[in-house]
Amino acid sequence: MPKIKLPTKSPHIDMTPMVDLFSVVLTFLMLTTTMTQPEPAPVDTPHSISEKLTPDNNTLTLLLSKDNKVFLNFDNGPDTLLKFRPKILIEMGKRYNIEFTDAELRAFQKYPSSIGLPINKMKDFLDTKDNKLRLAMETGIPIDSTDNQLADWIFSTRTVNPAVQACIKGDAKTGFEVVKRVLDIMAEKNVFKFDLITTLEAVKTNLTETKK
Amino acid sequence: MAEIIQEEKAGGKRKAKKHVPHIDMTPMVDLMCLLITFFMLTSALTKAKVMEITLPEQIKDPNIVPPKIPTSRTVNILLGPDNKIYWYPGRVNPEEYNNLPPLFETDFSANGIRPLLLDRNKTLAKKIEDFRNQVLTGKIKIPQDSVAKAISKLKSDDDTGPIILIKAYKKATYGNFVDILDEMNICGVARYNFVDIAFYENTMVERAAGITPTSTATPVKK
Repeated sequence: MPKIKLPTKSPHIDMTPMVDLFSVVLTFLMLTTTMTQPEPAPVDTPHSISEKLTPDNNTLTLLLSKDNKVFLNFDNGPDTLLKFRPKILIEMGKRYNIEFTDAELRAFQKYPSSIGLPINKMKDFLDTKDNKLRLAMETGIPIDSTDNQLADWIFSTRTVNPAVQACIKGDAKTGFEVVKRVLDIMAEKNVFKFDLITTLEAVKTNLTETKK
Repeated sequence: MAEIIQEEKAGGKRKAKKHVPHIDMTPMVDLMCLLITFFMLTSALTKAKVMEITLPEQIKDPNIVPPKIPTSRTVNILLGPDNKIYWYPGRVNPEEYNNLPPLFETDFSANGIRPLLLDRNKTLAKKIEDFRNQVLTGKIKIPQDSVAKAISKLKSDDDTGPIILIKAYKKATYGNFVDILDEMNICGVARYNFVDIAFYENTMVERAAGITPTSTATPVKK
């Protein structure tokens, strides 16, 4: 009996609907995404029941890491033409007699993450392109009473953008001494209202049960 | 979709074979898969939440007298080391520094500080819960965004709940601080504030936790 030869043709799957679907999903993700910013120090925020969202702009975010370093981040405001970031750096430069070049200001404006280093190293920091070197430079913003650069940063930020809202993003294991110091510095600069950045956690209180 | 109909050659007698070219979309699909995965992993879908806190303003004008706090309603919460909470009611009189009140020890678990706060804050917590239930069941018709305002109105009208003074020992962590503020929100405590720890409270915590006082805290004896 002769063998029936099956045609050795690969079946063609029509991928057009799949591509359509993927395009839609991809477009959606591209439009909605806000990139997670890499932070110089990993921070594990504490939990709370608060449901208020982080403000989008006009923020001054203080990052308190587990090893008690202080980092700082601010945004460019609702309109990037306002250029708050370079203005803040110029203001800081004036206080410490450091002149920043245009390229450095641009680098500062575009730097996506929090910064945490003494101001006298800022020039080197902005001139380097190597991320590893940059990371090694970040030793935290000095908060001692003798060299209180954080207060100057806060003052400069509030001079440039008076509508700024202070947010504190701390690791749950950050020691309280640092937190207290930071809160004191803010209080000195007449900042009393804070947003503490937390992760949402559902808690159910049973009032009737606890009464018994 | 992608059909290209070949034109017949003018004057040609041979009829060109009509055929639909198949575009191989596999590489395109591969690429899209990669991009989708990338965007899904990098995008932060859940935005971080914030908890608001307002710290007391430092009084610089000596003519302003701080408001008197009724001792019977005061509860002092001391955040201690190792995620422990110490608390004592009322306040310590200046004459009694040698005879400090005992501290009660508790923790941040659901059976720790929460029952205490709810018990002290019974009336207000009940009011808030009733209000929430009535909103949920539709008995009170109120726009969703004014619920928070109504609750804060309830809180500011209240004059029976406790006045909580939160103080942190230096070995406490930021997590403890957020946890206790969160606990205030959970229990609907209307009046709480964060104040500096007094030196005698430092001693109390150190005694209760069994820590030998640090050299800076003890006065030098000759």
